[in-house]
Amino acid sequence: MGTAGPMLEVSGLQASYGAGQVLFGVDLRVGEGEVVTLLGRNGMGKTTTVNAIMGLLAPKAGRVAFCGRELTGRPAHEAARAGLGLVPEGRQIFPNLTVRENLVATADGRGAWTLSRVFDLFPRLRERQDQMGGSLSGGEQQMLAIGRALMTNPRLLLLDEATEGLAPLIRKEIWQVLLSLKRAGQSILVIDKNLKALKRIADRHYVLEKGRIVWQGSGAELEAERERLERHLGV
Amino acid sequence: MDPILLAVQTLNGLQLGVLLFLVAAGLTLVFGIMDFINLAHGVQYMIGAYFAATFTAVTGSFLLGAALALPAAVLVGVALERVVFRHFYGRDHLDQVLATFGVIFFLTELVRVIWGPTPLSFPVPAWASHSVTLFGGATYPAYRLFIIGGGLAVAAGLYALVARTRFGMLVRAGASNPRMLQALGTDIKRLFLLVFALGAMLAGFAGLMAGPILSVEPSMGDNLLILAFVVIVIGGLGSIQGAFLGALLVGLVDTLGRSFLTDAVKLVLPASAAVDVGPALSSMLIYVLMAAVLIVSPTGLLPAKGATR
Ligand SMILES: Nc1ncnc2c1ncn2[C@@H]1O[C@H](COP(=O)(O)OP(=O)(O)OP(=O)(O)O)[C@@H](O)[C@H]1O
Ligand SMILES: [Mg+2]
Repeated sequence: MGTAGPMLEVSGLQASYGAGQVLFGVDLRVGEGEVVTLLGRNGMGKTTTVNAIMGLLAPKAGRVAFCGRELTGRPAHEAARAGLGLVPEGRQIFPNLTVRENLVATADGRGAWTLSRVFDLFPRLRERQDQMGGSLSGGEQQMLAIGRALMTNPRLLLLDEATEGLAPLIRKEIWQVLLSLKRAGQSILVIDKNLKALKRIADRHYVLEKGRIVWQGSGAELEAERERLERHLGV
Repeated sequence: MDPILLAVQTLNGLQLGVLLFLVAAGLTLVFGIMDFINLAHGVQYMIGAYFAATFTAVTGSFLLGAALALPAAVLVGVALERVVFRHFYGRDHLDQVLATFGVIFFLTELVRVIWGPTPLSFPVPAWASHSVTLFGGATYPAYRLFIIGGGLAVAAGLYALVARTRFGMLVRAGASNPRMLQALGTDIKRLFLLVFALGAMLAGFAGLMAGPILSVEPSMGDNLLILAFVVIVIGGLGSIQGAFLGALLVGLVDTLGRSFLTDAVKLVLPASAAVDVGPALSSMLIYVLMAAVLIVSPTGLLPAKGATR
């Protein structure tokens, strides 16, 4: 972590849907160049945490700061412009736009990521660039969602279940891409249920249970306490 | 069937169709993207005609009057969005209907106060007041051809805007998933305002084109609005191509039905009954068309692909 403090700093984050509170004070940090995971069983609040960070859900209490900017309670487009690149749960590509349009519609155009760089990363997208997003397979849609986020030149990539429900071969390809992104210095906050693959790329882990961070540590620490943590991870 | 009458009525149907398209395009974009029902859209058409009639009278030139009326109509649309409509995005459709219905009453009354209750005179511009001779000796007013040509040109421009530009991509993306679009950095409120302004401009354009051949009066938008809703339901909510197809269909079916249906009914019913049944049937024809389309394709003829609503 640099001397300027962490890139993303979330403290005391609370959020609810109507009367039902889901987050009860989440604290987490991601530093420049780090790959950090958010682990936890189904329904523990991982997606809610990501949505509250992005400003897609107004938090009840707590703070979200990114690169020294206060993002708490700000609309989602400000979070995106500040450098948060969301690959959302369920992919949510635009089905009525072509693959190329999905990539360029919200592209930032002022950074390192270009159409051809994304196509080099995911050659299948180059082949399908004139097809409608909705006609892609699940794996291709996931690649498109990642490429779309990269085109905004994110300083921090937020990946919510990027390998959920995909064939093993496609999963492998996506993990390979994430590894290459990490090597290139990309900061990533990743949510996934595949601990084995995560251990290869992650620097640190957080475990979320019922809306609270109940454990945090390095990959080695996770391995040492694995048995005790298994209950929280649901693996 | 008289071929000359058929040709003239087909042109009339086309002319109604392009006017309907201009009004329906804004309505369908606003509904498709913002999930917002704007009953006051017909008022924006009416206001376009009033502005154009007034500015034409002041400047003495139709083109100059139109050039001034267009931005004025957009300004009214933007003001309405800022003051009223934006507070009703994401609300219940009934709330939107009530709010925009209120806007209709308010603006119609305001127009009456400013311009008086009698229709404004808005002459056809001198350069288009002649008739053009078609095949077989039929003649057709040049101004009506100008409406058809102008409407088709705007339709083509709008298609290019939505299908080929970055703005168009954002509009289409917003129609399928506005929340995701915002999470990727698009200021959705600003996009909504731009789409709204575009809709107001198209409705205003329709009004200023229609002004010289219709009566410029406060209620002129009411009927057209109902037809425009039929158009967007037939075409598929949120779809520009659908609105275009729907508008031409409704324009042609309505116009041709009114002029030929009575004769057609006479073939199967006695003439005395046909003169009663024919007109009644022809005014129902577009609703029959709408029902038929909805039975075959409940989302309309050319639905905005993948739209979530
Ligand atoms: N839109 C919503 N409205 C009401 N409750 C919700 C909503 N979204 C999520 N919840 C509830 O909030 C809790 C946390 O959900 P969340 O989606 O954040 O969990 P998660 O950790 O991402 O789970 P998963 O691993 O299944 O994706 C769950 O109990 C869920 O039922
Ligand atoms: Mg989730």
